[in-house]
Amino acid sequence: MIPLSHYLIVGALLFAISVVGIFLNRKNLVIILMAIELLLLAANMNFVAFSHYLQDLSGQVFVFFILTVAAAEAAIGLAILIVLFRTRRSINVQDLDRLKG
Amino acid sequence: MSFLQITFYVFSTILVASSLMVITVRNPVRAALFLVLAFFSAACIWLTLEAEFLAITLVLVYVGAVMVLFLFVIMMLDIDIAKMRAGFTNYLPLGLLIAILMAGELVLVMFSKDFGSTSLPRPAGQGADYSNTKALGELVYTEYVFVFELAAVILLVAIIAAISLTLRRRPTTRYQAPERQVKVRKADRVRLVTLPSRPEDDS
Repeated sequence: MIPLSHYLIVGALLFAISVVGIFLNRKNLVIILMAIELLLLAANMNFVAFSHYLQDLSGQVFVFFILTVAAAEAAIGLAILIVLFRTRRSINVQDLDRLKG
Repeated sequence: MSFLQITFYVFSTILVASSLMVITVRNPVRAALFLVLAFFSAACIWLTLEAEFLAITLVLVYVGAVMVLFLFVIMMLDIDIAKMRAGFTNYLPLGLLIAILMAGELVLVMFSKDFGSTSLPRPAGQGADYSNTKALGELVYTEYVFVFELAAVILLVAIIAAISLTLRRRPTTRYQAPERQVKVRKADRVRLVTLPSRPEDDS
């Protein structure tokens, strides 16, 4: 039988990997957005695992709402990315210093 | 090892490996495709947790919609990958240190007895006539109905925001103005001129 901790460890590894991804690809905005999606997936993994082991469906309802918000966030983030690329011709995070005084 | 265990360990290995590829691979298109693989194996892991509805939602919504959106955007942008990768190895030690610390802390907590098989045993699976979708739907439309409608509003806001952000009117493009077309009267466009008839010149 698979204990709950194994599911949680998969979630923890996923979370750590996506944080490394944000550190490594701190210039590429697209990869940062993908790493955020992975981060949310790690949180969802924990929610689903706890929902099954505690026999409480509320955890799955929360995952449902997290998926909704993540989809909205991805859509708006990519739209901002496109507008940014149109104006600056670059999505390098270090080029985005126009607000610097 | 039971079939369930083999499934879980195989798919979690694929999940961790493909998410590692997402953050290290050079080409953003490949990163997006590895992210698809990661989402797919996560959906398979959720199936072992009897979350069938969420598993298929993850495949339909994420693989079908969000990742296609990512691929579209990546292919629309003209990115200089080599410039993006500069400094990749500089950040590696710090990133690895923080990740190892974080994963180590989380794993230490999770190896405690509270999450083991003895204190929190895996519940027996539901019968074949149990419908996860039905149970989830009953919960969403009764207890969480307000939050559900809030989620709908969030999606509407996202649609309007994404469209209005990316909609642009180029100054050089010529557009029709239907309201001005409708308002036009005959007197604005047509001028009737009376010309005197002339006798034939060639005689």
